[in-house]
Amino acid sequence: MQTKQILEGSRLALSRLLTQVENDSAEGRRMLAELFPHTGRAHLIGVTGAPGTGKSSLVNQLTLHYRRTSQSKVAIIAVDPSSPFTGGAVLGDRVRMRDLSGDEGVFIRSMASRGSVGGLAQKTAAFVQVFDAAGYDIVIIETVGAGQSEVDIARLAHTTLVVEAPGLGDDIQAIKAGILEIADVLVINKADRPGVENTERALRTTLELAHPTKRVILHHGRKMNVSSGMQSETNLWIPPILKTVATEGTGIPELAEAIARHKSHLHQSGDWSARDRARLKSELDAVLQEELMSRYLSGSHQEAYEQALEKVTHREWSPYEAVRALLNGKLTDHENTTTTPL
Amino acid sequence: MTEKKIRVLVAKPGLDGHDRGAKVVARALRDAGMEVIYTGLRQTPEMIAEAALQEDVDVVGLSILSGAHMALAPRILELLRANGQENVKVFIGGIIPDDDMPKLKEMGITGIYGPGASTEEIIRDIREAVKS
Repeated sequence: MQTKQILEGSRLALSRLLTQVENDSAEGRRMLAELFPHTGRAHLIGVTGAPGTGKSSLVNQLTLHYRRTSQSKVAIIAVDPSSPFTGGAVLGDRVRMRDLSGDEGVFIRSMASRGSVGGLAQKTAAFVQVFDAAGYDIVIIETVGAGQSEVDIARLAHTTLVVEAPGLGDDIQAIKAGILEIADVLVINKADRPGVENTERALRTTLELAHPTKRVILHHGRKMNVSSGMQSETNLWIPPILKTVATEGTGIPELAEAIARHKSHLHQSGDWSARDRARLKSELDAVLQEELMSRYLSGSHQEAYEQALEKVTHREWSPYEAVRALLNGKLTDHENTTTTPL
Repeated sequence: MTEKKIRVLVAKPGLDGHDRGAKVVARALRDAGMEVIYTGLRQTPEMIAEAALQEDVDVVGLSILSGAHMALAPRILELLRANGQENVKVFIGGIIPDDDMPKLKEMGITGIYGPGASTEEIIRDIREAVKS
């Protein structure tokens, strides 16, 4: 497989590369390394929210809008859960995206979470790099139908949409921390349903509760070098709340507009590069962790590891003590490791 | 984590609206540890070939109850080949008259299943076909 084929836009090569990357093959790793210098251009849009809020339909409409109004090529990564028991998956997001078929400027790839928690699959970030290098201007990442803590998407995407729908959660749900705090844009989909005013009110209240610290820090942070008060105001991003009916396309241009405003906000405030750095840091950390672990276990430590696991299972050691013993190479010398915490 | 999963596209080409069979098969394949991309009703051959390309599947499973299999199957095979996916194995489930079965096999359809076929049989055949 050649990087040239990817850069020149071969869809077959792209698709096959994604499989290689997903299976973490040597070929996939080599290609990722070669493609990496070509990344960093795409706008990464995350779409998350509870199951049944209409994420896939919204992605469908948003993509249609981009294709009608611009030359942007759009890639969609749709993540669905794998069964924890069989490892199999039914990936059904394409059902809602049939309007996009036949358009060469759109590439949809379904992805099973393969045991990852957090709403994404382990290789989602790598998929993003592949699409970015292949010249897709916009990469939309649709997470697993997420509850309250699946917030990995905020680390990966530049702009995170959190999709809600009327009647799904009461006010208490909205006050809970987690998923709402990661929203750059809040979308109330199915806004033709009864109860939309209540949902909107609850979200508005929550936003005011969720973001005060962010505002204060940014506000004071900018005060130092910004002369006019107006300019410091532009450095705050208060997530807008938009209402859509994705099945009919209602509110989609306004949504696209809010996403575009967020993008230019990121550039103006310097958050674009800050987020880029944060994302790459978490990717680097993840790879480092994985690599250290596999290097450790592939060495002569396998036996020591098994012994440590045995001791932890019998409640002789806590996991902390076990790790300490393993890293100090003192597996048999238990007494020295009990007194000092890790 | 890094083992190769069998990826299967389950699609319903044509105009009939009965997708119970396709859903039962999709679920059985999932339970057998495969990753099933389900595309829903009323897919054109073009839509199916495009999805197979983007998803890099090993297998395409078609559910056809409309009687249009002799038109749909060759068209889908042709499009897969045109996209460079001649290695993708195509299976059909549905109502297929006995006379048509050898013709479909000759065209390049790997397996054909009528009413009463067991999901175990389908799973076994898919595993076998992907291995080779």
